[in-house]
This record gives sequence, structure tokens and C-alpha cells, in this order.
Amino acid sequence: MPTDTLRNWSNTGLARRLGAPRIPVLRRYEPGQPLLDGPALVAAVGAGRFVTPITALIEEEGAPVVTEPGEDKLAAVVVDLTEITTLADLAAAQRILTPAVRKLAPSGRLLLLGPVSGDSRHSDYRHSQGAEGAAVAQALDGLVRSIGKELRAGATANLLIVDPDAAPATVDSSVRFFLSARSAYVDGQVVHLGVPAGEPVDPAGMDDPIDPVRPLAGRIAVVTGAARGIGAAIADTLARDGATIVAVDVPAAGEGLAAVANRTGGTALQLDITAPDAASRLTGFLQERHGRVDLVVHNAGITRDKLLANMDDERWNSVLGVNLGAQLTINEALLAAPDLLGPDARIVCVSSQSGIAGNRGQTNYAASKAGIIGMVRALAPRFAEHGATINAVAPGFIETEMTAKMPVGTREAGRRVNSLRQGGLPVDVAETIGWLGQASSGAVNGQVVRVCGQSILGA
Amino acid sequence: MPARRAAVIGGNRIPFARAHKRYARASNLDMLTATLDGLVARFGLSGERLGEVVAGAVLKHSRDFNLTREAVLGSRLAPSTPAYDIAQACGTGLQATMAVANKIALGQIESGVAGGVDTASDAPIAVNEDLRKVLVALNSARTLGDRVKLVGKLRPGQIVPEIPRNAEPRTGLSMGEHAAITAKEWGVSREAQDELAAASHRNLAAAYERGFFDDLVTPYLGLTRDDNLRPDSSVEALAKLKAVFGKGEDATMTAGNSTPLTDGAALVLLGSDEWAAAHRLPVLAHVVDAETAAVDYVHGRDGLLTAPVFAVPRLLERTGLTLQDFDFYEIHEAFASTVLATTKAWEDPAFAKERLGLDAPLGAIDRSRLNVTGSSLAAGHPFAATGGRIVATLAKLLHEKGPGSRGLISICAAGGQGVVAILEGA
Repeated sequence: MPTDTLRNWSNTGLARRLGAPRIPVLRRYEPGQPLLDGPALVAAVGAGRFVTPITALIEEEGAPVVTEPGEDKLAAVVVDLTEITTLADLAAAQRILTPAVRKLAPSGRLLLLGPVSGDSRHSDYRHSQGAEGAAVAQALDGLVRSIGKELRAGATANLLIVDPDAAPATVDSSVRFFLSARSAYVDGQVVHLGVPAGEPVDPAGMDDPIDPVRPLAGRIAVVTGAARGIGAAIADTLARDGATIVAVDVPAAGEGLAAVANRTGGTALQLDITAPDAASRLTGFLQERHGRVDLVVHNAGITRDKLLANMDDERWNSVLGVNLGAQLTINEALLAAPDLLGPDARIVCVSSQSGIAGNRGQTNYAASKAGIIGMVRALAPRFAEHGATINAVAPGFIETEMTAKMPVGTREAGRRVNSLRQGGLPVDVAETIGWLGQASSGAVNGQVVRVCGQSILGA
Repeated sequence: MPARRAAVIGGNRIPFARAHKRYARASNLDMLTATLDGLVARFGLSGERLGEVVAGAVLKHSRDFNLTREAVLGSRLAPSTPAYDIAQACGTGLQATMAVANKIALGQIESGVAGGVDTASDAPIAVNEDLRKVLVALNSARTLGDRVKLVGKLRPGQIVPEIPRNAEPRTGLSMGEHAAITAKEWGVSREAQDELAAASHRNLAAAYERGFFDDLVTPYLGLTRDDNLRPDSSVEALAKLKAVFGKGEDATMTAGNSTPLTDGAALVLLGSDEWAAAHRLPVLAHVVDAETAAVDYVHGRDGLLTAPVFAVPRLLERTGLTLQDFDFYEIHEAFASTVLATTKAWEDPAFAKERLGLDAPLGAIDRSRLNVTGSSLAAGHPFAATGGRIVATLAKLLHEKGPGSRGLISICAAGGQGVVAILEGA
């Protein structure tokens, strides 16, 4: 992986004396690490039905909770704005946030919970919300994205939009993720939390409660493209969180794949996912070896860059086939075998910033990665029928072997055009997938979460 | 019949590489460890304690005295997995399989891995025999005077090392030369040999194309397929090669219809049905029975590589089967002529009567069932690895064919030996 020389230099004494802007070293998750390194401010405008459960969650994790900023830097600021309906409510939010952001610690977390704006599924609700209610709900979108751009020193700002019918516990796994160091490179994101399909998973009420240290314990996870790069990091991270890994990659990548499978204690399945019988071989393997699957991470992807004017069929078809066609086929096969899907199955598809912003020379790649977003939205209700979810993560500039080979100028530009002014790491993508993969993340469905440090591209 | 039969669960090998090419710097231990780790990955055995691992190598360094155990210790298997080495020349891999299978059948172990490895590149080169004797004496000399005397025995010529030769110690003939004698004796034609070689390449290439080896091979050191494989091989191209074994105008054996020196390793995972079920692992086939034969190629009239000719009828008699009762035949292609001479011997009424003591010959085999996914002529033949390659390949073929299907394995070995076995599809 390439070294971020500029970031390292910006943290030296010389750079500090010269007044050069400091590029933060992000706080990243390590097992045994506390959720937060300092106090959290939890506040609300209105009654705030999430204040009590979130306060309890943070205190359980050993961090003090305050209701107003004090002397100490704040590790996190959580504001429940789910009941705001007027401009006066919005002004109240500003009065809470302004002093709070001043005290936000390096790698601090600002997390807002907001209402749905003009949700067409609830016509009665929309009617009662009115134009002003819809306006202030939507205002949070611009607010949180702007806060993300203003925060410094690795702090992030994100917004959870919560369905009015969602039980308080359904936000737990998302709150935990966005407060923790696991979300180091997830910034300026807006995620909708709905009412989970199937049986509600209440971590507190389960016989075998989800262990925050190993939240994927006992889950069978398939990772395609697992032999190297981001896929290998996904396998490592899911295994660290307790999952049993089925690592999939093309037969030619088998050497690296075996190494990943063995170090995660999982199994290697050499399979070309574009083969006509690939889906049946995968489901057959899962049926035979595990009897079910709890998490499928569609990570395998290829690039065959060429300007559209010079594009040939082979380049186009191979990229669309691997990146999108195979995912469509395998997802249909999973839906056709609902017995194979575990009770809280999760599908996570790796999209890309290129699919959102487009990229010169990547018409085929961007089309495939944008197509994934369309597929995820279309399949979300179908997977929900089985108590499952399907989501996409869209990595931005992630430091990999591939980016290491980029010309210096291109790489430097790619790294800096985001709020955190650096590239992300493969583990940042993996942590986000780990969150979406949890049984308790059923409230997140049909969503696209960018792992891009709030890149300006496509925003 | 034993109380239970050992199950073949699967296998793993690295692609075979022609000597002094891709694996030139890999040792037997490197290749065996990588192959074991690939097997562990395929079946999710990381940290697992198995009953035992049995493997061997034909060409071994003195440091490889505990080769298989060292491979286990370097692998992801639990270090509490015992291991031992065996060697029976090219029969090593299949004999190792039987060693493990028999223990499973007897209930002494529940699981095991068997196979072998060989490198013709990283061959053990020993010090000159004269020099070795001086050095050994020097080591045991007690006085300074004795030592000085011994040092005086050192000669420049002793710098020439001992290089292992692909030759039989008792005849001085290479294996190819021995095979050429047998080929001539049985009148095996050049055309028939080239046809068999072309079929081997064609079948191996087709098997790779249909993904047959996706769960049998793990790439190693950047090699993803056997580098001896020539998918475009043809009888016409093979016919242009010069004969390299045998003498005179009627010499028929070429580099194209003989196996090249190769580096590689192959292993098979075996277990009881119960162990496989408990680990949710598939059972591809069961080991039915095996037979090992040896012939007197030194003073007698049999060819060096003809022992399977005798082993198979003995095995058939014991199991009550005929040569035609098989869906697949895996006859190791040491040389194309070896396979053809073997089948000719089984078809020959006089040979059956005089040498095998049978009223009728075993008869012909359906050639469309022979080495259907290629064999050593195309894949190459790292001596001790071939048995593991064949067992795993045949087990998968039988599993595809379905329960009750049968396959026959025949492997000839140096020293006038041969190991044959029967697997039944599960």
C-alpha cells in the first residue's frame, strides 16, 4: 500500500512551525478499543425518543454522557432531531450544535438523527408533516454535509433518517458504527433507517445477545474477490468480528485466496463467478458446507479502462459481466433458494464513487457500478420479504496496490479532494460492510453508503 | 471386506512445472507445504488435528529426513497432527493413499492426508563419494597425525559432485531405455504412442476449460496451469519429433510421447464417512481395494514398468470384477508406450495363459474411458506427486458419474514395481 508522505510530513514539527495544514491521522478500530475516548454529548430538540437508549448505549460502553458542553473535548455529539417540524426547531438545533462542534475532539463524531422528509410511503404522515416539516427535515441534509466540510482533525458528521415507526433499538447498530472508530472514513453520509423486515432483532432482548466485540459471531459470510486488496481486507475484518469466511475468487487467484482463507480460518472456493453454473456451484457449496448463508459480499470487480470512443465489446462485456451480471445472477439464485438465506441474511454490494460521479475512461466500470445501485434499490423489497437486506457501499479513493501504481499527480489529487484530505484504507470499506452485515442492522435496506471521506466527486 | 471403507473427500495439487522452470527455486518442503495449505483452505481445516499426513518424495535431500512432518509444522494444520514419510518411487503417492485409507478402514484414524512431492530442479547433489569417505574418516580421526594423513588424501578430482541419475542402479539403463525395450517387445507403434500423447493434452486442456480443476488445483508461484500442457498438440506435430529412447530406425519413443522431468506436489484428503459428515465435507468416492506387484526386470524377462500387468489381475480376482467393469481407467502415462504395452499384455491370450495363469486374457478396455481428463504426458510427472493427482481426479470423475461407478488406477514404478487400486463413486 502506498505511503501518504504528505500526511506524514504535515504531522512533523517543521510542518507545524511553517503553519502547513495538518492532515489528520484517523482513529481506527482495534479490538478492545473503547467506543469513545471521551465524553459524549447527547441532546434533542423536542422529547427525543432516542436520547435515553443512546445514552444507555454510550454509558454501557464506558463513556460519560453530558447534556451540555463542558471543559473536556467531546468525543461525540449526538442530537435527536427526529421530532423537528418548524424553523424554530431548526434554530434550536443550531443552538445545540454551534457550541458542541467547537468542543469536538480530533476524530470526533457528530451524528444527527432526523425525520423522513415527505415520505411517500406514509401519505398521512406527509400530510401532517406539512411543507415546513418537510423543509426542515430536508434541511438537515444540507446541514450535515456542510458540517462535514467544516470539521477538522478527522472528525466526521453523518445523518441517520429514522422511520417514524422504527423502534428505538433498531438504530443501535448504526449509532454504534457511526460513533466508533470503525466509521473513520465514512463522512457526510445520509442513511435511512426503516422498520426492519422479519422478526425484530433487539440485541438486549435476545437469548444470545450480540457481542459488540464480535458482532458477526456465528455468521457465515461469503466474500467474492477475496484473494487480495479490498476483498482480502473484508475477509480479515469480518473474520475478526466473528464471521466464518467463505473466500471466493477466480481459480487463477487461488494462491492468495488460500492464504486469506487460512488466516481467517475459513474456506477457499475457486470459482469464476461469470461461469454459467457459478451461482449453482456457489449455492451448492454453501448448502453442503454450511447449510445456510448469512452475509454475501459482492466485492469481485475488474477494470478495463478505455475511452468510450475506443471501447471494444470485450472490454465492455467483461466488466459488466463480472461487476454487475454476476451479482444479478447470484442474487436471483439466493432469492430462489430462501431456505439457504439465514434468518437475518445480509447482502452487501461493492459499488464505487465512479458509479456515482463518473470517471473519464471508465464508461464500462462506472456503468456497472451505477447499475449496482439500481439493482440494490430494486432488490431491497424482495430481500425484505425474507427478513434480509441488500445494500451497497461505494468506496471513494482507497489506498490499494492499484492506486500505488497511479502516477503521483493523479494519486495526490485523488487523495486530497475529500473532507478528510486523505485516501481511505481497505479496512474502512470492510468495517462499513461489517456494520451492514450484522443481524441487528436490519433497519438499513436498499441504501448506498459512501466510504469516501466525503469526497467532492459526485456529491 | 473391511468393516468400513475410507472416503476420498477431495484433493489439492499445485500446477506441475517442467523442471528448471517456474519452480526451479522451490524445494520439496516449499511445494508440499503450499499444497497442504491449499488443501486446508479448500476444506476449511485451519487449526484442525488430522489423524495423520503421509507423503514422500523420490528425490530427497538428506535434510528432508522428516519432510512430511516439517510440512505439517509449516502448514495451517494443528501441529498436533502426526506425519511420516514413505517412498516407493513413482508409486509413492498411491501407496501413501493406501496407508492412510487402510488405517481409516481399520478405525485407527478418522481422517488423513496422503500424497507426495518431487522436484527434479532442486535435486539433491551430494559430495563426491571419495571425498565423503575422507570427510567421514576425518571426523572420527583422533590424533593430529591421523588428520594430517587424511587431509593428504584430498584430491582435486573429488570436487566433482554426485548427481542423482534417472537410471536403474541394477541395470544402469534409464527408465526410458527400459521402456523402449518393452515397447519393442510388445510392438507398440510410434503412431499409437503419439495418438495417446495428443489425447492426453487434448483431454487435460478440455478439463481445464470446463473448470474441472477449479477445486483440485491451487496456483503456485504464479503458475495457474501445468506448463507442460500444449492444448494445440496434434499427432502431426508429435510425429515430427526425433526418437530419444531406443536404438536404430525403429525407435519410437520421443520427448513428446514420454513424460518430462517435472516439479510439483499433490495431496488427497481421506476420512471416514462419519468424519466427513461431521465436518460437512463431501464424499467423492470410496477406496475399494489395492494391490502392489513387483517383477524381476533384472534377471527375469519382465520389463521394468510392467508390474501393473500382474497387479491388476490379482486385484480383479480378489474383488470379483472384470477389467470391463470400470467407468474410468487411470493408467499413469510414464511413457505412452507403457500404457499401450500394459493394455496389449492384458489383451494377449498367450501372455494370459503363460504368465498370468489365466484361461482367458483380461481383454480390451474402452479407450474412451482411459485418462479422460489427461494424464502424465500432458500434466507432467513429479514422481511422488502423481498418485495424489490421479486419486483426486478419479474420485471427482466418479462423483460426477454417480454412486456405484468404478474406477481403476494403475501406476508403474521404478525397481520393477507397480501399485494399482479401485475406487467406487459415492
